[in-house]
Amino acid sequence: MLYTLLCYNKEDVVWSWSRAEDDAVMSRLSVVHEKLVKEGKLGPSLRLLPTTAAATLRGNVVIDGPFAETKEQLLGFYVIDVENLDAALDVARELSAANPTSVYEIRPIALYVPEARADAPREMIKAY
Amino acid sequence: MTDLAWIHGALTAARPQAVGALLRYFRDMDRAEEAYQEACLRALKNWPQKGPPRDPAAWLILVGRNAGLDGVRRQARDTVLPPDEAISDLEDVEAPLAERLDGADYRDDVLRLLFICCHPELPAVQQVALALRIVSGLTVPQIARAFLVSDAAMEQRITRAKQRIAQRNREGAGVPFEAPGAVERAERLAAVAAMIYLLFNEGYSGASDPARAPLCDEAIRLARLLLRLFPTEPEIMGLAALMLLQQSRLGARFDAEGEAVLLEDQDRGLWDSKLIGEGLALIDKAMRHNQPGPYQVQAAIAAIHARAARPAETDWENIDALYAALERMQPSPVVTLNRAVVIARLKGADVALEMIAPLEERLAGYFPYFATRGAFLLQLGRGNEARTAFTRAIALAASPAEAAHIRRHLDRLAAVKVS
Repeated sequence: MLYTLLCYNKEDVVWSWSRAEDDAVMSRLSVVHEKLVKEGKLGPSLRLLPTTAAATLRGNVVIDGPFAETKEQLLGFYVIDVENLDAALDVARELSAANPTSVYEIRPIALYVPEARADAPREMIKAY
Repeated sequence: MTDLAWIHGALTAARPQAVGALLRYFRDMDRAEEAYQEACLRALKNWPQKGPPRDPAAWLILVGRNAGLDGVRRQARDTVLPPDEAISDLEDVEAPLAERLDGADYRDDVLRLLFICCHPELPAVQQVALALRIVSGLTVPQIARAFLVSDAAMEQRITRAKQRIAQRNREGAGVPFEAPGAVERAERLAAVAAMIYLLFNEGYSGASDPARAPLCDEAIRLARLLLRLFPTEPEIMGLAALMLLQQSRLGARFDAEGEAVLLEDQDRGLWDSKLIGEGLALIDKAMRHNQPGPYQVQAAIAAIHARAARPAETDWENIDALYAALERMQPSPVVTLNRAVVIARLKGADVALEMIAPLEERLAGYFPYFATRGAFLLQLGRGNEARTAFTRAIALAASPAEAAHIRRHLDRLAAVKVS
């Protein structure tokens, strides 16, 4: 069974970390990542940029900022490799046309670690 | 057990909101700061045992408010309030308070707090120092180190700035506590944005000095805070993008000897891709609004550099057009000087040299003017005049890194003469 683990935290606190604090957390996490890689359990993983860099597509309307409603739940996500926000919005519009009631938050990625499982298809995707 | 580093981060992140709300409540900066300090002490005592509250800012505001009132009543030899334990359990009150804080009050509290620091009667450096003390919570010695003055001198500056603001309040000319109207809010935002960029530039110009470098991070943090409060303001997106893109080059701006490295000579592999990604996302978002402004234009220029994998791929024509737009929006000799550097590439150093000649009077004390003039003259093979310009530049250098860069040109010129 494949699972995705979604990490939540207080964004204003995390993005107030000093470089040293951030590095310390990342290096503690990397110990876990390496273990999971050895065990063949780790698929792609990524760290998102803050929600202040996000835009949201609801129907035909582009809204500045993240998806903020609490009535809807996260159902899935895509990682796409495109030139800029306009190109990302084009993709979101195609998805939205196919699935009109869903809302798409377009959030840039800070760090992208590709698939590490040996038998999985390997394709490197640039973070931006 | 709560990680002390987490508590420290939570207190830092909550500070602008908490102090801003306490200021609205007490209408007195000293009392608001004291109440916040008291709330932090109680947080350090309570949170490790009970775990952190769901909304640290709401907790700090409520506890700070009670602590402040407690202080007032003690002073009045009145009955003291219920003991700490009774108010530290916030389960019931936290939720509705947090809900209220999500609204416009919270937004305007933070903006007011920042805006108070931008009082037009205060010199620019005092505005920045005051914001670092009140909004960011840096200690006086930390701020003093960043501005290369003694602790006592900085203490005096901050005290004076606060007194001036308090005096204004007594005269009824202070920043009002009512929610501002749309026009007033926009004016406050513009003043605060300028102050944040000033803070960033203080750090940027002294980035080779470790005591000054954190100023840039702090400016970016404050810009992200403003963006969360005002997510649809294109100039705030532009400001954040500009600072992120400039900060992304930090690792490449100085060589091993601490000498400044020019943009085109920088190792672009050392640029911070995380900051670039965030900056590009923000400028893309801002430009969709079709409301250009000086921060957006400058960020767009920085974005062209960031998008060029190699210097040769830089779209100089586009950069020139953006500088021309910036000259129209915000005419300044410094903007023209920057544009001249681009013109030197597109049309030659002789054209650029002609363009900057009329600026000399106004930029007589400006290091980059003479460094740029020297570089143009050097390109044109006018060694003697280049030497004169570089000699004037070195006398005006603000940092050892700048001086070292010019020194290298002068040494090279001297070597040419000998051979």
